[in-house]
Amino acid sequence: MAHLPVLVPVAYLLASFLSVLGGLWRDRLGYGIALGGAAAAALVSLWGLLLVLRQGTVHSFLGGWPPPIGIEYVLDPLAAFLASLVSALGVVALVYARPSVAREAPEKALLFYPVALLLLAGLTGIVVTGDLFNLFVFLEIASLAAYALLATGKGLSPLAAFRYLILGTIGGSFYLLAVGFLYFTTGSLNMADVAERLPPLYESRAVLAAAVFTVVGLGLKMALFPLHLWLPDAYTYAPSAVTGLIAPVMTKVMAYALIRILLGVFGLTYGVEVVPLLPVIGWLAMGGVLVGSVMAIAQTDVRRMLAYSSVAQVALVALGVALANPLGLVGGLLHILNHAFMKGCLFLVAGGVYYRAGVWGVAQYAGLGRRMPWTMGAFTLAALAMIGIPPTAGFFSKWYLVLGGIDAGHWPAVGVVLASTLLTAAYFFRVLEGVYTREPVPEVAAVGGSEPPLGMLVPTWVLGGGVLLLGLGNVLIVGRVLEQVARDLVGG
Amino acid sequence: MEAPFRLLVALAVSPVAAALIGLTGRHPNIREAWTLLAAAVKAGAVLSLLPEVLAGRTPTLTLLEISPGVSLAFRADPMGMLFALSASLLWVLTSLYSIGYMRGLGEAKQTRYFASFALCLWATMGIAFASNLLTLFIFYEILTIATYPLVIHKETPEAMAAGRKYLAYLLSGGLLLLLAVGLVWGLMGSLEFQPGGFLSGDLDRGSLLLLFLLFFLGFGVKGAVMPLHSWLPTAMIAPTPVSALLHAVAVVKAGVFGFARVVGFVFGQDLAAEVGGTPVALGLAGATILLSSLLALHQDNLKLRLAYSTVGHLSYIVLGTALLSPSAWVGALYHIVAHGALKITMFFVAGAIYVHTHRENVSELDGIGRQMPLTMGAFALVSVGLVGLPPLGGFVSKWYLGLGSVEAGEGLLLGVLLLSGLLNAAYLFPIVIRAFLAPSPDGHRYGEAPPLLVGPILGAGALALVLGLFPNPFFSLASRSGDVLLGGGG
Amino acid sequence: MGEELLGRYPYFLTALLLVVGLYGMLGKRNLLKKLIGMTVFQTAIFLFFIQGATKQGATLPILDPRWGTDPARYINPLPHVLILTAIVVAVAITGVSFALVLTIYRSHGTLDEEAILEQGRKR
Repeated sequence: MAHLPVLVPVAYLLASFLSVLGGLWRDRLGYGIALGGAAAAALVSLWGLLLVLRQGTVHSFLGGWPPPIGIEYVLDPLAAFLASLVSALGVVALVYARPSVAREAPEKALLFYPVALLLLAGLTGIVVTGDLFNLFVFLEIASLAAYALLATGKGLSPLAAFRYLILGTIGGSFYLLAVGFLYFTTGSLNMADVAERLPPLYESRAVLAAAVFTVVGLGLKMALFPLHLWLPDAYTYAPSAVTGLIAPVMTKVMAYALIRILLGVFGLTYGVEVVPLLPVIGWLAMGGVLVGSVMAIAQTDVRRMLAYSSVAQVALVALGVALANPLGLVGGLLHILNHAFMKGCLFLVAGGVYYRAGVWGVAQYAGLGRRMPWTMGAFTLAALAMIGIPPTAGFFSKWYLVLGGIDAGHWPAVGVVLASTLLTAAYFFRVLEGVYTREPVPEVAAVGGSEPPLGMLVPTWVLGGGVLLLGLGNVLIVGRVLEQVARDLVGG
Repeated sequence: MEAPFRLLVALAVSPVAAALIGLTGRHPNIREAWTLLAAAVKAGAVLSLLPEVLAGRTPTLTLLEISPGVSLAFRADPMGMLFALSASLLWVLTSLYSIGYMRGLGEAKQTRYFASFALCLWATMGIAFASNLLTLFIFYEILTIATYPLVIHKETPEAMAAGRKYLAYLLSGGLLLLLAVGLVWGLMGSLEFQPGGFLSGDLDRGSLLLLFLLFFLGFGVKGAVMPLHSWLPTAMIAPTPVSALLHAVAVVKAGVFGFARVVGFVFGQDLAAEVGGTPVALGLAGATILLSSLLALHQDNLKLRLAYSTVGHLSYIVLGTALLSPSAWVGALYHIVAHGALKITMFFVAGAIYVHTHRENVSELDGIGRQMPLTMGAFALVSVGLVGLPPLGGFVSKWYLGLGSVEAGEGLLLGVLLLSGLLNAAYLFPIVIRAFLAPSPDGHRYGEAPPLLVGPILGAGALALVLGLFPNPFFSLASRSGDVLLGGGG
Repeated sequence: MGEELLGRYPYFLTALLLVVGLYGMLGKRNLLKKLIGMTVFQTAIFLFFIQGATKQGATLPILDPRWGTDPARYINPLPHVLILTAIVVAVAITGVSFALVLTIYRSHGTLDEEAILEQGRKR
């Protein structure tokens, strides 16, 4: 199947277009096409993963033009892994979105699904492309879709999206600038080709500029401390279905882009020996973990708490990358997967609570353990995973990160990963105490409140249950996929 | 039934029971039946493995790979068997007692209580039978989380604060352990327990010492070694059966057990001696023994007095482990069981008194012995055991610990043990004397405590007595474990 | 030294425009002014690419029989193509941002960032 890599983003684009048309004709049809398209893309991605693991990387040349002249799409184990993750989460999020969007932003329902598909198209495009400029195009497709989706909430939502737009555009533009520098020095836009041509040029200032602009640009997109300022507002005011879709995957795909370019194009030697990029990223990441976790403790709105928590988690991924050894990178990549499930579950719970009880505040979650046992059960499971209690998934990503830190002799990093456990426990147990030991506040008691509808509860539990399964089965993922990927990128 | 399968049953019966308890919350009698059934099945499964272990075999069970090169794996060796057997037998007693206690007080949230209890015992079995560091760590952390709902059971502000302190301490200890386990993996590439240890003697002394201290402090939190013990008295806010469980059976013993496991099966006694960390352990344990006994003297609240007493007795086990001598090892392991039975009886008595008379303080207990003769009689009996006098189990362990101190040339520590015995007498005997001989202040006729409470009290007391008169099979397990360490086999 | 500086004037211009654009986006409170800054910023990057395509003594990249097929006689068309795409992206971004500005104006009645934030925090 020569054109497999391209199929995934193309499927989303096609489905998006048809969904708009279908939705104009019949409301249900628009949703149905969207869900169908997402499911098809997910199946293709998963099949692609199995294929790649068995047969090796698949290359696809757009229009038949070979690289370095043409645009190349590459499905290697890392790309297949991420594409499967993004598309699977896409399906879960879309199933959840139907009742959730109806509750929080009903007037936007018609165009919600096509734009969500555009987002998924952009994200999977970033993952499978092998061309630097093509990545920019998909980067902006995904970002634009995200700006639009994040603006659909109430209150400060449009402004939060606008501020994200400004900062995100700076990020994308910086990345474009970096591509320019790389093109002018190497004469190619193909990632593999540039990777070959760069080493003799390592000392060049233009390459240095490219590297720095890449890190800053993608750092803005992935909310790496201190470039994370757009995230808390954006996640807080958006509808739950939106955060449920964006929070698990968006910053992670941006982190993937950084990994792909920094390690795959520039090469490990560049980031460690020529310019201390990886160590700097490491220090910023440590800052992000601590600042994000501490800020999360201070929050009174559950969504904002989860948003700051996400800043801390993507910083953990960056820390894994910065350790520059296989164990650390495995930890970082595994955390991409684990966090997608954990944070996705948590935001879906938040939406479910709002659906029935109409509240977002930590204090107002009191007593919900009795009224929504299943929803809160998923929340508890995901919270324990975030803290890092074995045998949930979250423990294993921390385990590999700690092993990587020990391997690299990077004791501050080890300390930060361990400290994040305690900090995370602080802000989650605050919520859990209220949920299970206090009486509901008057406004919640008045409204009643039982479990959200199955259409929301099932996706929540798919992610929540997944958290436990991913933990127990982590060796399957690490052994079959991630270890090889890590070895290819950082050697050892 | 094959041995590995029985091992699996011993492990798996608890989480299954917890789920069933959760589902039948509305039918208290059925719900309680699950607890009793699970306790019986678990004790039965563990007992069924006893003959094999005593014969020198170690049934193993490997589940799945959970990190490249490390599996979730279990092994029933003498040491693990000792811990598991004492925990599962005591759970049977505690379950009966819990039912009486919770119903006697009309407590709320009983479903959560019994389900958490079952999960705690699951974790304890996992720790006892773990055959590598990662499996032990995983269940160690599960134990922390499973016991949290029990600590905060009453849901008062004090209970919630106690819960937060509990988590802060125990999770921090866990983090030190995670670091230690990670370091072992980084240094040796293996986490499997080997009798006599598996750490290479070629490693640099600094790293080994750091590793030792990390393990000591990490396990020392649950093991209540001073100054990491502070969570224990605060956790007394939990219902008394929980305190009995925390102090006799699960959490604290898991801490000292873990430390012993590491000394014997990760470092090995020879390497441990070379590394030079044991003086720290001995020093802190010795200080803990004495200070805790002195603190116990000052406590009027009975449970707090017992809490400090526990802190001291746990350090007996730490002391025994760190002495690195054969007799001390035997004494330490035996004390896990002996102290368990003794202390659980005492906490049961404290709880029975509270349910029956709502009295919590030692100063209120004048004359209570005449009104609750069986209850206080058991208390009197086990006080003798805690002091270390025959004919109870406490004497056996103390004897071997003393012997071990002499073997190791630590006469000072022998003195500490003897002095501690005197202090134990000082804070326990007056209670007994005043309970039976002093006049009751208000002359209230109480009568004996309800049978569901008295039964387990007598049962535990009898167990303590049996441990003193007929030390086997626990003693065999302890001495076999010692042999295993020396011989390097089994 | 002067020669070098003069020779690199496109880069300095680009850098200047980038800074102006950044100032507009981050330093100004009015949302439309931010957008103006963004446009300037993006244009700077376009200029950077285009000037990188130029060659001395070369002409527009349309095959001319007088110059033959020697690539050195024609400026590099690839950056121009990239920029066309980037301009399209920029147009899309501008379109979305105007839509956002309209929505914000409708619900808040002002385009001053500080004022909007105050309104939002009060609610």
